[in-house]
Amino acid sequence: MKGLYYGGPGQLAWLLHRVAGIGILLFLILHIVDIFLASFGPEVFNKLLFIYHSPVFKPLIAMLVFGVVYHALNGLRIIIIDFWPRMTVYQKPLWVGATAISLLVTLVSIVAMI
Amino acid sequence: MDATRSQPALELEERTPQPRGVGPRARPSGGFELWSWYFMRVSGAVLLVLAVFHLLWMHFKIGLNNITFQTIVERWTGPLGPFWRTYDWALLVFALTHGMNGARWLVNDYVRHPGWNLALKGGLGVLYALLLILGSYVILTFQWPPPGARG
Repeated sequence: MKGLYYGGPGQLAWLLHRVAGIGILLFLILHIVDIFLASFGPEVFNKLLFIYHSPVFKPLIAMLVFGVVYHALNGLRIIIIDFWPRMTVYQKPLWVGATAISLLVTLVSIVAMI
Repeated sequence: MDATRSQPALELEERTPQPRGVGPRARPSGGFELWSWYFMRVSGAVLLVLAVFHLLWMHFKIGLNNITFQTIVERWTGPLGPFWRTYDWALLVFALTHGMNGARWLVNDYVRHPGWNLALKGGLGVLYALLLILGSYVILTFQWPPPGARG
């Protein structure tokens, strides 16, 4: 893995961003297929809804919520740093803020799901 | 922390040029990869609104446990149908393109063997086209009850 990010500040931010991106893409593929199957009517679609309703999948949905909000806010942090390089000084507090908001939204979504 | 805030420019000078691999992904020098680099930032900003609003709407306005087939019928064939179809199609195009380009970056980062690299990116391209067609088809043509069922 030489040549990639290799220790140092921001590595956790980078790793979480990458893992969240992969998770979101996998869900997006599933989601496009499940909504496509709605073309075949309610019998087919309502059978698929266990993905969204079953308690088994709730932890995965909570992880998805965290992933989406984190990837969005950390992505905003990357945009800010890329286009206003002076903001690099604040990269750490920006990351803490993005992560804190993501955790908060995830907690609220868990309460709403139960 | 206070010291860095009072003199941000000085701190920045100390940090740049950065050591290997630390900091934001370097801006490509030109061509398709520079275009791709800008696209990820522009589409990311768009998705920050479209995807996060979609997620918050489905979780907190509708509620995951209330979603049924009827939710889709009301969303796409109700009075706001054209708005939601436009919204959902924009979300599909931006999210899928952003995600698949991210996957392409992953392949370039981790798969150094030229043959596998090309094969995986070819597979991603096929998957991208297929999912774009499936998603666009259902968003743009969904009707319920289906036209044939009445006659």
